[in-house]
Amino acid sequence: MPQVTLTVNGTKHTVEVEARTLLVELLREKLRLTGTHVGCDTSQCGACVVHMGGDSIKACTILAVQCEGADVTTIEGLAAADGTLHPMQEAFREYHALQCGFCTPGMVMSAIDLVNKHPGGLSEQEIREGLEGNICRCTGYHNIVKAIAAAADVMQGRRSELARAAE
Amino acid sequence: MYDFSYHKPSSVADAVKLLAADPDARAISGGMTLLPALKLRLNKPSAVVDLSGIAELRGVKREGNTIVIGALTKHYEVATSAEVKAAIPALAWMASTIGDTQVRNRGTMGGSVANNDPSADYPAALLALGATIQTDKRKISADDFFQGMFATALDVGEIVTAVHIPVPEKAGYAKMKNPASRYSMAGVFVAKGPAGVRVGVNGAGAGGAFRATEMEAALAANWSPDAVAGIKLDAGMMNGDIHGSAEYRAHLVTVMAKRAVANAG
Amino acid sequence: MNVAAPFEGIGASVRRKEDFRFLAGRGQYTDDINRPGQTHAFILRSPHAHAEIKGIDIAAAKAMPGVLAIFTGEDMAAEKIGGLPCGWQIHNKDGSPMAEPPHPVIAVGKARHVGDPVAVVIAETKQQARDAGEAIVVEYNPLPAAATMEQALKPGAPQIHEGAPGNLCYDWHIGDKAAQEAAFAGAHKVIRFETTNNRLVPNAMEPRAAIGEWDAQSGDYTLYTTSQNPHVIRLLMGAFVLNIPESKLRVVAPDVGGGFGSKIYHYAEEAIVTWASAKVRRPIKWTAERTESFMSDAHGRDHVSKAELAVDAQGKILGLKVHTHANMGAYLSTFAPCVPTYLYATLLAGVYATPVIYAEVKAVFTNTVPVDAYRGAGRPEATYLLERLMDVAAAELGLDRVEFRRKNFIPVDAFPYQTPVALQYDSGNYFATLDAALEAADWKGFEARRAAAAAKGKLRGIGISTYLEACGIAPSAVVGSLGARAGLYEVGTIRVHPTGSVTVLTGAHSHGQGHETTFAQLVSDRLGVPVANVDIVHGDTAKVPFGMGTYGSRSLAVGGSAMFKAMDKIIAKGKRIAAHLMEASVEDVEFDRGTFRVAGTDKTKTLTDVSLAAYVPHNYPIEEIEPGLEETAFYDPKNFTYPGGCHIAEIEIDPDTGKVSMVNFTAVDDVGRVINPMIVEGQVQGGIAQGIGQALLESAIYDDQGQLISGSMMDYTMPRADDLAPVSVATHTTLCTHNPLGVKGCGEVGAIGSPPAVMNAVVDALKEYGVRHIEMPATPAKIWNIINGGRRMAAE
Repeated sequence: MPQVTLTVNGTKHTVEVEARTLLVELLREKLRLTGTHVGCDTSQCGACVVHMGGDSIKACTILAVQCEGADVTTIEGLAAADGTLHPMQEAFREYHALQCGFCTPGMVMSAIDLVNKHPGGLSEQEIREGLEGNICRCTGYHNIVKAIAAAADVMQGRRSELARAAE
Repeated sequence: MYDFSYHKPSSVADAVKLLAADPDARAISGGMTLLPALKLRLNKPSAVVDLSGIAELRGVKREGNTIVIGALTKHYEVATSAEVKAAIPALAWMASTIGDTQVRNRGTMGGSVANNDPSADYPAALLALGATIQTDKRKISADDFFQGMFATALDVGEIVTAVHIPVPEKAGYAKMKNPASRYSMAGVFVAKGPAGVRVGVNGAGAGGAFRATEMEAALAANWSPDAVAGIKLDAGMMNGDIHGSAEYRAHLVTVMAKRAVANAG
Repeated sequence: MNVAAPFEGIGASVRRKEDFRFLAGRGQYTDDINRPGQTHAFILRSPHAHAEIKGIDIAAAKAMPGVLAIFTGEDMAAEKIGGLPCGWQIHNKDGSPMAEPPHPVIAVGKARHVGDPVAVVIAETKQQARDAGEAIVVEYNPLPAAATMEQALKPGAPQIHEGAPGNLCYDWHIGDKAAQEAAFAGAHKVIRFETTNNRLVPNAMEPRAAIGEWDAQSGDYTLYTTSQNPHVIRLLMGAFVLNIPESKLRVVAPDVGGGFGSKIYHYAEEAIVTWASAKVRRPIKWTAERTESFMSDAHGRDHVSKAELAVDAQGKILGLKVHTHANMGAYLSTFAPCVPTYLYATLLAGVYATPVIYAEVKAVFTNTVPVDAYRGAGRPEATYLLERLMDVAAAELGLDRVEFRRKNFIPVDAFPYQTPVALQYDSGNYFATLDAALEAADWKGFEARRAAAAAKGKLRGIGISTYLEACGIAPSAVVGSLGARAGLYEVGTIRVHPTGSVTVLTGAHSHGQGHETTFAQLVSDRLGVPVANVDIVHGDTAKVPFGMGTYGSRSLAVGGSAMFKAMDKIIAKGKRIAAHLMEASVEDVEFDRGTFRVAGTDKTKTLTDVSLAAYVPHNYPIEEIEPGLEETAFYDPKNFTYPGGCHIAEIEIDPDTGKVSMVNFTAVDDVGRVINPMIVEGQVQGGIAQGIGQALLESAIYDDQGQLISGSMMDYTMPRADDLAPVSVATHTTLCTHNPLGVKGCGEVGAIGSPPAVMNAVVDALKEYGVRHIEMPATPAKIWNIINGGRRMAAE
């Protein structure tokens, strides 16, 4: 059986997999990192989004063997070691950007990539378009858009509503 | 999906050898089309040959008046490439509209071109830009390369290595996305370049990407949105489904052509 | 320094307690659970909408790697496994019961929809199970299908069930037909209107999943499942399908990733993995792929209706007549029969003082996936019919659509208001929500915005819906008389621990609603315990007393009221203990937010003093009062609750492509008392997104062979962030008069009120094309056809 060596959330793993194993199956079934979810089988919903080399990708649309040597971050790897949430996670909580929580890990991972790729900040329309690959059935996206805008301010060092609220 | 053997060659020669030896092997780069098909068990390849380890196939460069894009260049890289943005901004913008962020972070130009999905963006752009497709053994003009839905001039075992795109004077793109899948329902790429005025259409045609020659003639005479506003393509050559009839798609081609010309300036 | 703790009680937007685990990827959804020795199930499903099963050859499949067992419908039938039960019985006009054909867990002899289970493979891995499933050879004899209600009701249509002649499930009616006819006879005008309520796929983001486990020593079964109501599943599956006593069957519904109704029902896969786990003597997991969800989760809506509205010369409504065909799909899902009857026709008065109503409903079997309640369930169908009809009628009468509504509203002083279709509304003020919404949406300024859009080549429209719904289901005696085979109370246990923290056990189930926070606020507000020290336990039949679960916006109105009643008991007992501790008479002890006080004195005891005394009963009236401080209450409501309000949608159409874009959406809802405004707003926003999805995007389409064409997210349009626009949500409260909290419910109002607001806006935008009505969803192609046809007509 093929073997793949990759780093997930800072830990190096060598795992035997069938060639047909998807990255998301490796994460969920072999590494028991069940925060990354599967919501569809047509690469539409984005519940499985993780970061590979800093880019957001759909872990359901990449073979595990394609990840040889890759550096993968999942939702479990976002918070600091002391449990402090990433600003994006914190903003999702503050703005009530999640309900059932199932799409949330993928949504958060996509949102972070979106903010990282727009160092100058994002308009509401850019956020909405940037979420094209993530489907949420609960929230209507309204609060997700607000949370991402607020987190972008924090991540990019602008004085934000969030920071003001904390003062 | 069904199981298969997996190979990751590090040179074009090795990749070609693997693919030529096994007609049931499939090449993969980003996998944005192949993997969804495999997951639904629509395909049963004996082997998957991963091209992503071939460093020579990656990157964008300008050679004189030609932009050369390596087959493994990702859509995100094309969308943000300084060379492409300076020389063919419409192409960079087109790449920024392919699929979603995650597709653009994985999907490659070569995969899109070699697969020739009727709703993929690249084929229409390359037709309009008069591009040349470089394979491991030859150069093929876009006109000869794209041969209808999922059909190309590639031989078994032959792989796309790069495209050469002459820098146009003007180019523009516009598309209407399918509301559900977000693939192109009708996209039009217009260009005025060394090969004259050319119009490529994706998404709408029943036979895949094609050139709208009547629009090309009209735009050659008068480069303005009004020139194509009155041109209705034959609905008989369009695709119809639950998202829109052939007549609707024919109409969208006209609308998108107008917008593409307007976008080109 | 004394820093005041932030207010966490009723009315505070407390941030959700459950969010940490979801945000950190530590939720425990069913598919995240792995049991030791776990195997995997693959369900082989019928590719035909209607076919005889002539034979199933499992020999080759059984020999495949990793395969442990393969079962067919015959195997289950041989063990006398029951069919999936229906929880509601409707009676026909003539008093006879509805047709209730059997619903085998795995098809026997005949498959009746694409996706009907035909066999199950149990194997070591998911892939091995699927590989083997494809090696099963089923000999089908395909039969002509009845894919639509029209096909199913035609003379000579294919018969789907032996026991349902003409594919009719029931022919039911409500209201006074003679009075309706008399009212129409004297009418100034009768407005006629026909419409289809599109079929929807709920598509909760978490696909359904189930793990069955059997303990060889004890013979006990455990089912982990994606359910909104684990006790209901235990009752239905244990008593009616597998014949397992409650004491031997535990059902756990852990974190559940959205339900919207689709996870209420008892599904075949739950019974299959539970039953088969004893056969293979190992746990079995099944998780749906999304493609399977499309062909096996109950769908929603799918009505075809004709309505007639009689009005007098002053524009006052005299009467309403409605005739509806409702699609049941191939089998009766758990609560399917009640959706187009008691959750639909009883709502046809809406917010209007309509003196007489007569409605007839025919429920029809078709070769499609079963249809059942989906967010709103019946009430969106009634609201859409009525609110589109109000616009059509206003246009035909030459009346302003807002004033026509206002003229017919139930007056503020008319409550309690008895409708002609059974319901009695307890409270509401439709004028107030209307006025607030008109103001918030700047209705008056719309024509200027329309003109500005026109200058950019866009067609802009505005639409309104003034709606009402009935939720908080429901009085058990009432629903029992209407055909329910279950009670609809709820249970709550308040367990005050020795040092004063609290655990709440509730029969309600949270799958996104934020119960762990809202319920904690209820307790915090009354008992004075910090929210952080109130723990909510739900979703496990081994932990929680028998409860009915979450649907019909009932968790707070019914479940919250049960907690309130349990807190009454805690406080009453606490007063007796406190009276003893303070050497006072119990009549003199008052309680307020955690403090017992002898009235008019400064003698006090805290809840913690009392709970400690209750669990360490040294100085304690042990002869009179039992130790401990834990109380359970079952609450059965006296009536439904009646949220209502006004939704206003503003849209723009690109006439070149036909694409409708949301520009603005304003909602002013009366959901009764608001416990957590942040959560209420989120619920309303989410409901509105689903309503906009129904109006503009979503549609389950079958071809005439019964194949679901929109069978994946590639073809079924799920609303995405850029399909929607910001939503302005406000509340205007009138209290529910019959539950102790004054709450009404907020889970479904968004999905109920919004579709007609959006469609009224679309029709308004297309005024110049002479459009009277457009069916949902208003897709770009459909709108372009109308515009194109309109222009052609104008040119001809």
